[in-house]
Amino acid sequence: MSIEAVTRRSQSGAFWRGARLSLPVIIASGPFSMLFGAIAVDNGFSVFDAFFMSATVYGGASQMVGIELFGHQVAPWLIVLSIFAVNFRHVLYSAAVGRHLAHWPVLQQAAAYFLLTDPQYALTESEGQKGKVSFTWYMGAALSVYVSWIILTALGAFFGKLIPDTKALGIDFLLPIYFLGLVMDFRKRPLWLPIVAVSAVASILAYKFVGSPWHVSLGALAGIALAVILPPHHSGVVPIEDETEMEKLP
Amino acid sequence: MSTTFWITIAAAIATYLTRVGGHLVISRFERIHPRVEAGLNAVPAAVLTTLVAPAVLGAGPAEWAALIVAALVALRGGLLSMFLAGAAVLIVARQFTV
Repeated sequence: MSIEAVTRRSQSGAFWRGARLSLPVIIASGPFSMLFGAIAVDNGFSVFDAFFMSATVYGGASQMVGIELFGHQVAPWLIVLSIFAVNFRHVLYSAAVGRHLAHWPVLQQAAAYFLLTDPQYALTESEGQKGKVSFTWYMGAALSVYVSWIILTALGAFFGKLIPDTKALGIDFLLPIYFLGLVMDFRKRPLWLPIVAVSAVASILAYKFVGSPWHVSLGALAGIALAVILPPHHSGVVPIEDETEMEKLP
Repeated sequence: MSTTFWITIAAAIATYLTRVGGHLVISRFERIHPRVEAGLNAVPAAVLTTLVAPAVLGAGPAEWAALIVAALVALRGGLLSMFLAGAAVLIVARQFTV
């Protein structure tokens, strides 16, 4: 077998390994995609509008918020701002995940950031702990979710009225279960439990006193602040040599 | 083109900026300070927790049972098995509590 053939085979292997990791994501997010399509049409969207929003914004929670505001005849800039606020947490993902993507060509990176969702971020961090993240693997994981997301949106928009009682099927609580799994995935990291505890308490307080969606960013910043404030060796980070004397204090 | 179309385009651009923005800011620095690195390492646990915690507080016994079972399965199994176990418990428990 030529070297080229071997490379091609291992590349398609990486693609499907990524796609397989995304299977739970597709199961967990699929119902929301269909629900979004159904609600969108209910709020006066055409099937194309719903499909187009899923294909370009590609962020479940923010799309739901957007559709809700469309229904209330809110000013356009306020709709855009609300979607921006719900998606603001991605700034943190983007800052953290860049370390694993920086060795790719710029266009590949630009495409990868477009597909950077919550599960995609978590899967990429896990993959980065094991070794180098390949573009093929990343696209296998990301594109399988993206394609299923936009197809199911269109199906939901077409057949929205046929969606059965979502509460009895537990669809409304599938995502919290899935996100708990992602949190558990990082339990071997230094400071995991303190960060989870601080973020949990802070997000609940922010949810009560500031409101959604700011509880996400505020809760996350509290957990991150804990890791920043504690001396870096607690986080398993080796300090650089030329620190100031202040930072060497215990 | 309709207003809906243009609002969607604007929302898509705003969303892309959040997805690429963090990296663009961080990559301007030549060397990453250890405290910044410690903060970045904390991102997954910190952000993903906030997507679960308020939902847990507002939930009932069926949801709590599902989360506890899912968490226990997660200690041993992979993501798919923990997810399916949690979903199964949720659907069964909802039949008695809804």
